[in-house]
Amino acid sequence: MSKGREPVFQMTKREAIEPWKAWLIRLIAVALSLIVCAGVIIALTGLNPVEVYKGIFDGAVGTKRRAWMTIRDTLVLLCIAVGITPAFKMRFWNIGAEGQILIGGVTSAAMMIYLGNTLPPVILFPLMLAGSALAAMVWAIIPAFFKAYWNTNETLFTLMMNYVAMQVVTFGIIFWENPKGSNSVGTINSATKGGWLPKLFGLEYGWNLVIVLALTVAMFIYLRYSKQGYEIAVVGESGNTARYAGINVKKVILRTMAISGAVCGIAGFIIVSGASHTISTSTAGGRGFTAIIVSWMSKFNTFAMILVSFFLVFMQKGAGQIASQFNLNENAADVITGIILFFILGCEFFIDYKVRIRSAKQAGSEE
Amino acid sequence: MNENNAIELKNITKRFGQVVANDKVCLSLKKGEILSILGENGSGKTTLMNMISGIYYPDEGQILIHGKEVTIRSPKDSFDLGIGMIHQHFKLVDVLTAAENIILGLPGKEILDRKAVNDKINELTGKYGFDLDPDQKIYRMSVSQKQTVEIVKMLYRGVDILILDEPTAVLTPQEADRLFAVLRNMKKAGHSIIIITHKLNEVLSLSDRVAVLRKGQYIGTIETKDATEESLTEMMVGKKVSLNIERPDPVNPKERLNVKGLTCISREGVKTLSNASFTANSGEILGIAGVAGSGQRELLEAIAGLVPSAEGSISYYPPEGGEKELTSMTAAEIARIGVRLSFVPEDRLGMGLVGAMDMTDNMMLRSYRKGRPFFADRKAPKGLAERLIAELEIATPGTSVPVRKLSGGNVQKVLVGREISLAPAVMLVAYPVRGLDIHSSYTIYHLLNEQKKQGTAVVCVGEDLDVLMELCDRILVMCGGEISGIVDGRTATKEEIGKLMMKTGGTQG
Repeated sequence: MSKGREPVFQMTKREAIEPWKAWLIRLIAVALSLIVCAGVIIALTGLNPVEVYKGIFDGAVGTKRRAWMTIRDTLVLLCIAVGITPAFKMRFWNIGAEGQILIGGVTSAAMMIYLGNTLPPVILFPLMLAGSALAAMVWAIIPAFFKAYWNTNETLFTLMMNYVAMQVVTFGIIFWENPKGSNSVGTINSATKGGWLPKLFGLEYGWNLVIVLALTVAMFIYLRYSKQGYEIAVVGESGNTARYAGINVKKVILRTMAISGAVCGIAGFIIVSGASHTISTSTAGGRGFTAIIVSWMSKFNTFAMILVSFFLVFMQKGAGQIASQFNLNENAADVITGIILFFILGCEFFIDYKVRIRSAKQAGSEE
Repeated sequence: MNENNAIELKNITKRFGQVVANDKVCLSLKKGEILSILGENGSGKTTLMNMISGIYYPDEGQILIHGKEVTIRSPKDSFDLGIGMIHQHFKLVDVLTAAENIILGLPGKEILDRKAVNDKINELTGKYGFDLDPDQKIYRMSVSQKQTVEIVKMLYRGVDILILDEPTAVLTPQEADRLFAVLRNMKKAGHSIIIITHKLNEVLSLSDRVAVLRKGQYIGTIETKDATEESLTEMMVGKKVSLNIERPDPVNPKERLNVKGLTCISREGVKTLSNASFTANSGEILGIAGVAGSGQRELLEAIAGLVPSAEGSISYYPPEGGEKELTSMTAAEIARIGVRLSFVPEDRLGMGLVGAMDMTDNMMLRSYRKGRPFFADRKAPKGLAERLIAELEIATPGTSVPVRKLSGGNVQKVLVGREISLAPAVMLVAYPVRGLDIHSSYTIYHLLNEQKKQGTAVVCVGEDLDVLMELCDRILVMCGGEISGIVDGRTATKEEIGKLMMKTGGTQG
């Protein structure tokens, strides 16, 4: 009878961990990730990693304009993350934010084109905001309805709705093509700036800031302190418990997705009216998916999402910079972001578990 | 080192985080004996056996099999040593036959000789007195038959040390007797058997020796012939426990619930409950007995408005007088019309409570609609949680700890406490003491009796007949989705109830 060796690593779940220890582990993870990234950079490009890091920093916040671009994109990503959070908290796998943003965006674009130069701003902007929210809300309720009444798979359903939304946008582009033959809408009302969100407190993206931060705070309160937020949490944890408690699960699914869709629609409005002033199939640009990472990494805490979305946009902006500065492929920054995310997500394991390596004494006694 | 020992454990220690599941346990199983391992839930019985069967690896200590020290790293290592474990949840493939399950995973020739396999199975079943058809599909089998397949599977593989984890939990008394007869035959044939249990009568009737664990500690091993229920309980709990459940006579019983011809059909079109009729009276505990899955769950859930009923009616007679029809109402509607109906479901953390939420949020489940609009009130639920912690002696670091981190007994106290706080007129309870230690179990019996004295109509689904017969005023017996009889809890015998549990196509009692 041959004797096997005992396992080298033994993992045990921690009972609890002090917050400072958890943060220390996260800090070590970030530091380690930067060291590994440096190694990768040297190995692949032979560049000085410190220079590359400087390039990233410079690209993201090096000048005032760049900093504002970073803030602008952070706000959009944050808005989407805040939007999908109630759905994910309900364990409704809404990967249709992409489509909901597009529908909200295309509604805003249509209003800019048809009403932008006629209605006074006091009426126009609330109308655009409400219209975009409403359109995306309807878009989001469709898969929720099928889920609630026939238990269809929401992941596939919302994903497919994204492609339908893209076709709707394509149709709009053909319809509003400007100039003819360009296959794009171009900048809408570039001369009159009709339907462009104006400056607030002298800040170009002031309205974006106010709207998104207001939504962030409101969503935090809604999820944590309202009765409806409580219902969402119960439905998310256990459908059986929800039925037991007399919660109307169908109603909660429909209502929550309506809210989720509406906020994503507002994100579409902010992109079109507050930033790009045009509409294309890439208006959402994959941010509906990135927002899922933001939401989960923040553990559904909308304030944590501010940090996480800033980090992701920061890295993305830095990528553009190092791509041109060092003649690197844009994907180089993706590699760096990937490594950093890997470490940040991976360190959660060490926060939840303690790992013990087989002691020398036991190893010795085996011989 | 003793060559007569099939298994010898020396100073086995296993920790999970801060929890010491087994603390320096020493234990031996002699060749050709039946050893009971007795202990309350959480005393480390299953953890210890899982280390023998290769599911866990001990932190410290040695395992000796037939006198030789071994390292068991996986279930395969354990098999190679001739050790087989029958878990509480069977590991069988439903769509395959008994014979196919038995040979699954075994090496063999390219061409399967089914006849040879069946012959060998029949030889084994004949030898030990099993009742098994090798060609029957698993999904057509009763729980007891599935268990037989598991045991034959082990024997077929040449296992000579068999470990059974709470084997009688899912059996009727008659089926349990048959299992014991088979185990005695196996012992005669020289097999060594460990049976994990917390039922004292089984220990006394079956085993040669009893090893007792308490809170991860090894307390001792005694000869069964020297043991009594009282002495074993004392070893198990660490102090003398009175094993009597009080049963006050019902005072002024009045009809609270009248169920007529209730029938439920599942989503798959299977009749899960057919034509059930009974009444539940105030100041009385109505027990429901039956093999697991005989329609008990559907009956309670249909009354509580969680599963729709296809036919029949449910009438509720409030203490204030009058009559309310609850047929095909949802749980929300029942609560809205002011029916004080409490329900402690079988699945505590999956239905009665939300495991990831703290006590305060779990208290809110029943009451969150009350109070100011839009914002949820957490003050009153927090107060209730604090009151329950004090009154029911719930062991928890505080009201903001997720309830799934509490022990089984404390989880049940949280759930029962909340349901009692609704001041129910009718209280439905399913398997209220499953998985609870003796002390917690008696607390729960006491709480049910308190409700009974206050005039609540208590309906209690149970699995331990001895307990039901001590606690309940009347016992309703279910079999195959039907009510096969209602007997008086004070006069009925175990045999009588056991027969009703197995009655097929029975008539209404």
